[in-house]
Amino acid sequence: MNAADDRGGPAQPLLTVRGLTRHFPVRNAHPFDRRRSVVRAVDGVSFDVAKGETLGIVGESGCGKSTTARLIARLIEPDAGELVFDGEAVGRFGGLALKSFRRQLQMVFQDSSASLNPRLTVREAIAYGPQVHGLSRTAAQDRADALLERVGLAPALFAQRYPHELSGGQRQRVNIARALAFEPRLLILDESVAALDKSVQAQVLNLLQSLKAERGLTYLFISHDLNVVHYLADRVLVMYLGQVVESGPVEQLFQAPRHPYTRALLSAVPATDPAHRTTASPLQGDPPNPIDPPSGCRFRDRCPQAQPLCAERAPLMRVGRPGHFAACHVDPVADAQADEGPAPLWAAASGAAA
Amino acid sequence: MSATLPREATPVTAPLLSVRGLGVQFTGDRPATALSDLSFDVQAGEVLGLLGESGSGKSVTLRTLLRLHPPRRTRITGQVQVAGQDVLALQGAALQRYRGGVVSMVFQEPGLAFDPVYTIGQQIAEFVQAHQAVDGTTARARALQLLERVQIPQARRRLDAYPHELSGGMRQRAMIALALACKPQLLLADEPTTALDATVQIQILLLLRELQRETGMAVIFVTHDIGAAVEVADRIAVMYAGRIVEQADVATLVAAPRHPYSAGLLAATVGPGSRGRPLPAIAGAPPDLSALPAGCAFAPRCGQAVPRCRSDQPPLLPGPGGTQLACWQPVAGPVTGLQTA
Repeated sequence: MNAADDRGGPAQPLLTVRGLTRHFPVRNAHPFDRRRSVVRAVDGVSFDVAKGETLGIVGESGCGKSTTARLIARLIEPDAGELVFDGEAVGRFGGLALKSFRRQLQMVFQDSSASLNPRLTVREAIAYGPQVHGLSRTAAQDRADALLERVGLAPALFAQRYPHELSGGQRQRVNIARALAFEPRLLILDESVAALDKSVQAQVLNLLQSLKAERGLTYLFISHDLNVVHYLADRVLVMYLGQVVESGPVEQLFQAPRHPYTRALLSAVPATDPAHRTTASPLQGDPPNPIDPPSGCRFRDRCPQAQPLCAERAPLMRVGRPGHFAACHVDPVADAQADEGPAPLWAAASGAAA
Repeated sequence: MSATLPREATPVTAPLLSVRGLGVQFTGDRPATALSDLSFDVQAGEVLGLLGESGSGKSVTLRTLLRLHPPRRTRITGQVQVAGQDVLALQGAALQRYRGGVVSMVFQEPGLAFDPVYTIGQQIAEFVQAHQAVDGTTARARALQLLERVQIPQARRRLDAYPHELSGGMRQRAMIALALACKPQLLLADEPTTALDATVQIQILLLLRELQRETGMAVIFVTHDIGAAVEVADRIAVMYAGRIVEQADVATLVAAPRHPYSAGLLAATVGPGSRGRPLPAIAGAPPDLSALPAGCAFAPRCGQAVPRCRSDQPPLLPGPGGTQLACWQPVAGPVTGLQTA
């Protein structure tokens, strides 16, 4: 992207998220029940995304990874928390206006056909946004054709087609082209390759990698597939019931996971070698209901190493090796390093919100 | 297809399931050939993994085995024999006894397969009573026993739960309990773990493996995920555009796939060793089933295709070690498939 848009310089994180929280009220089963229940979908999530990096967010259904994405894109309003985009607070007086923030951030969703208007041709769908933002019709269509070419769909063949005339992989390419039409700096990919067949998934992953290198994009990549996250991400955030339980550089987190939940997730990946099949399930039961999470550490009722302390206090985010954080009472790495100085600010903030 | 299939270390008994020259066409506005000339066997107690992408015909195969396609819009040719019965000729009461009694199925989305207005216990008991002459109390006791068997916690309470009150993993366990209620000889599992979370998926895979070993039933496990297939299957058949293109025991197939499609699929699957280099993707997309090319359906995407591939359909021929392959230009030696780092 144009260097002119880079305000804070390379050391300034592109996106800073602090204490992001969203609770959804739910109707009680019994009409005379006065207690109000809330789903704590996202509960005090804080992280940074550096310029040009790919941050992977992993977790099981209901952990709040998609809600986090939607809160960042402001498709849902957060209850609390702030966003700082390249040094400017988003949506605050004197900060970055929501409209220009949204132009710098685009999203690609899982369901490639639901996210395209069935009555617009592929070219119209891509040109629509830029036209709304003031580009002339011909210029927008030229941009659409150039983008179609770039994502591997020859404009002469595909520009006039409607979404139902394309395969799933082709539609997802159109969605990527549409997201790029704004020349965004941050792309949020919410399970964008999950619905694709393996051979097509590989094509789209390759496309995402080369687009990133070529345009200096930053990705927030949300997925439940650990292999794909390992392939694409530079840093990984593991979420459980609305909170971040561990984050760190991808190789470190996959080689030496510190949180018991991360370890369980990693050992739940099916074997690729028939001689070494999985013999025991790392966890029992399903992820619990986010309406009524356990006290203290939310993972404790499924955790094989839970202590009495885990029920009393929520664990704070603590740093182990540089850049590798985990929120666990029984994690020995953090114990050894706990005295070496205070954890960075954001770690404390995320713990306090719990 | 009257060609004898290879079967070294042959069991004396006939295979439990034998499919010969099965073809399925959907008629209507856009006629499509979903399966062509499909032949395979499943021995009693064997787990066959059907691996393929969307549109390859894996689910159609299972549905044909249970005769679930609407007869008016489907043309089925060929032969299907299960335990000596001619499945395609079954009618009326015999067909009902066959479905669930001899062969039963676990679907991908248990939330849609259960009836939302009856409890889990009622649905299992009803199924038991449809197949066996037992009273309600016995059927309910059997339902409880089954729920305990599939490791549903607090099974007695879950018996009176409606499907929406159970989590996804729990519903899939209940679905398996229902499928096993009448001790089928063959279980058809249609992507049973695709809709589940990672930590739940592995639990269900382990449960299926354990139940299979215990009951000695045969299983056809349909999946697009090579990892899930490796966890449960003894043998894997790779499907492409309605045909089996390669078949081998799981270790051989993962280590040394011979069909360019199997090799490409394995190489394109993201594994622990893929990081830091572009994925060797297969170009193009699967063919349109209403307009299949003349020769091998994979030829337009195949890097090794020769003119013959575009004109003649390669037959599925026996190879060494009980493997089968349908290719004019097979991959020579062992290729680097999945990285087992």
